[in-house]
Amino acid sequence: MDFINHQLFIKDINVHIDPILPKKTAIITHGHADHARFGHEHVIATRQTIDIMKIRYGDKCAKKFTPLRYGQKYSIKNYDFTLHPAGHILGSAQVLIEKNNHRLVITGDYKVGKDETCKNFKLLKCDTLITEATFGLPIFQHPDSKDEIQKLIRSVKINKHNCHIVGAYALGKAQRVMNLLRQQNYNETIYIHGSLEKLCKYYSKEKINIGKFEKVSSKDKNFYEGKIIIAPPSALKDRWSRRFPNPIICMASGWMTVKQRAKQQGIELPLVISDHSDWNELLDTIKKSKAKNILITHGQEDALVYYCKKQNLISKPLSIQGRSDEEME
Amino acid sequence: MKKFSSLLHNLILTPSRNTKIKLLQDYFKKLDINSAYALAILSDQLSFQFIKASKLRELVYEHVDQHLFDFSYDYVGDLAETISLIWPTKKEGKSQSLSTLIENINKIKKSEINTEFSKILSQLSNNERWTLIKMCTGGLRIGVSERLVKTALADLYNKSINEIEEIWHGLKFPYENLFQWLRNEIPKPKIDFKKLFHPMMLANPIDEEKDFKRLNASEFQAEYKWDGIRVQLMVSSKSVSLYSRTGDNISSAFPEIIENTKGDAVIDGELLVGTNFKPSNFNDLQQRLNRKKASKDLQEKFPVFIRAYDILFYNGKDLRKLFLFERRMYLEKFLKENITNQIDLSSIIKFSTWKELTKYKNNFNDHLNEGVMIKLKNSQYLPGRKKGYWYKWKKNPKLVDAILMYAQRGHGKRSSYYSDFTFGVWKKNELVPIGKAYSGYTDKELLILDKFIRNNTTNKFGPVREVKKEIILEVAFDDVFPSNRHKSGVAMRFPRIHRIRWDKPINEVVSIEEFKKEFKIG
Repeated sequence: MDFINHQLFIKDINVHIDPILPKKTAIITHGHADHARFGHEHVIATRQTIDIMKIRYGDKCAKKFTPLRYGQKYSIKNYDFTLHPAGHILGSAQVLIEKNNHRLVITGDYKVGKDETCKNFKLLKCDTLITEATFGLPIFQHPDSKDEIQKLIRSVKINKHNCHIVGAYALGKAQRVMNLLRQQNYNETIYIHGSLEKLCKYYSKEKINIGKFEKVSSKDKNFYEGKIIIAPPSALKDRWSRRFPNPIICMASGWMTVKQRAKQQGIELPLVISDHSDWNELLDTIKKSKAKNILITHGQEDALVYYCKKQNLISKPLSIQGRSDEEME
Repeated sequence: MKKFSSLLHNLILTPSRNTKIKLLQDYFKKLDINSAYALAILSDQLSFQFIKASKLRELVYEHVDQHLFDFSYDYVGDLAETISLIWPTKKEGKSQSLSTLIENINKIKKSEINTEFSKILSQLSNNERWTLIKMCTGGLRIGVSERLVKTALADLYNKSINEIEEIWHGLKFPYENLFQWLRNEIPKPKIDFKKLFHPMMLANPIDEEKDFKRLNASEFQAEYKWDGIRVQLMVSSKSVSLYSRTGDNISSAFPEIIENTKGDAVIDGELLVGTNFKPSNFNDLQQRLNRKKASKDLQEKFPVFIRAYDILFYNGKDLRKLFLFERRMYLEKFLKENITNQIDLSSIIKFSTWKELTKYKNNFNDHLNEGVMIKLKNSQYLPGRKKGYWYKWKKNPKLVDAILMYAQRGHGKRSSYYSDFTFGVWKKNELVPIGKAYSGYTDKELLILDKFIRNNTTNKFGPVREVKKEIILEVAFDDVFPSNRHKSGVAMRFPRIHRIRWDKPINEVVSIEEFKKEFKIG
């Protein structure tokens, strides 16, 4: 495992995983802005991640793209790379690096639970596991997202003269919320903030069931009574949200577990819907991977490092620059 | 328990007062033993003998690794919420009613507390667990005042809030008499008032244009409106207690009053800081507020006294049905009989026309009063803010033109607007902030200011935006005091935005020295 440093850089072959600054060769785990950046020479990722990067940054956001299918091998010198489903968002992948019989897995952001909007997480056995720890505290035990989305549907039924604005990150979370609504037979048109449009169209094209959606337009105020509107969290508190009739502000995020956080952000209806693993899933993955060496990246790493050490696993935090925690999910 | 815990959950998350009232009303549609417990909890009347915060910590350490708990508590910052989320064994049992749950807890023997209470915690959902722990630690902090609960009940059952206020302090769990009265099954409960806090009579602001034309000056009595805190002092041969306007017992914070008062009466007055009955400013009084106890040192530095306005009981006799001028005679009598350094009489201002009163309102010793009170001589002592009896007439506000320096988003309804403004005056070539205001502007002015701030931000400090120094605000304020907490050396009382001064260039704004001189700050 000495071949990779704390910045997820393999010096030997000049390959970075999810680098923040433009690099020669970048393996990208998924399309979120804190992992996928503009300006690399060569991007290696799943086809869907590459599509998403092009949608967000333009066709020329890298000089060269190499799309990999899940499980398809890509070798540089004696390093064999394969990508495997991470269950985080559409196209998200874990990176397995094999070198001289040593197996190293970088989970990227991952979620163990079921999700119809992407391929489900695949557990990989390995020697070294580099895991994320966004929700690395025992207070985070995500409830069933079905129950959470039912809360939204119930509230829409009860509060007929309000509209519900759901804050959800533009890539992945927004479409997941839409898909969950469809799974629960909510068949009305869902209204979306303009910044979500391209990505929603892409999800539809990829045959993810997010149902009928329409961009919010300057219609009569009362038109949105009883409707569900999905917007990026930053829009909730902006002038954009003033146009709606008696909005009930909702937020779909793992952080909504903590009432005080919801209250501070002025969220009236918190929906605990996360695209990351919760505490128990993190522990379970660590255990089942059989890895003896655990490195922990961005999030609440302290508690997880403490736990691993108690299990006699070699464990330390990796501090990767440029990752914000609560803003992104 | 499910129902009550989701009530609390919704109350904590909704910013709207009306929604809160609606939620409370939905809950209190049924008046049974569960709603009685709920009412006791919401008014902070319920506690468990053996289960306090320290016991809860002890319990959680028995079940959760201490370090993992500490990491989590650090992150969440709220004990009840951390425990409710981290609690490991979750075998959600059959849902119990609030009353069954509380009664079961009260049955637990002290020696079995740890195992039995843990069992209960394990059977609850996260939200129920959070609610129960909040109930144990007291002080819900869910943004619901006692007053709001009373308002909800009054509206729901077509009673007046004053009637509820009147009997509130005589009510006890399980509130059978209250509930029966709300349901119109019995007349209003009769309460033995002698030892209870009596809701205070409050004044309405006067409408100078309408009211002075309508009201006959000779029917009214005027007194200064002192800038302290309104209190009710209950004296009897057995005990002396002091209550705040909201009915909180604040006796322990003002021992000198308690120790030195004699007689048998209930007095309505203003608590002030000062020696020889000379009140000093509100800033000094603040040193004595929000403290549970007062050290000897504090008592010497900031001695308090009560300026008496009114009397409700005298030697066991209820005077509240008498008229003000009659009660006044009893008040004077009581004070003559029981002379102390702790109570004096609020003097009456002699005037014959409203015009004559104006000069008393505005020109009396600057920092000490907020204006005058105008009271109908023939007024009974009526709880609450009844119209037509007592009026307050505040001094004209002081005004200063200051430059808008920083802005921050508001809360609740205003969270999408930059609506909290910090403004300042010159100190040589720099600006120094003198205050912060978040009211007073019109909706239209707010939109203009909001837009200006978005387009003219020069710097960001977390949520605070620094803006181009271009906008001059005329700020109205009640008073200003010296303060060593602020860089400018001054602290304003109730500043608000009066208007935007589009006509004035920023170099015509005063300096801090001129400001202090104008408002006589040393």
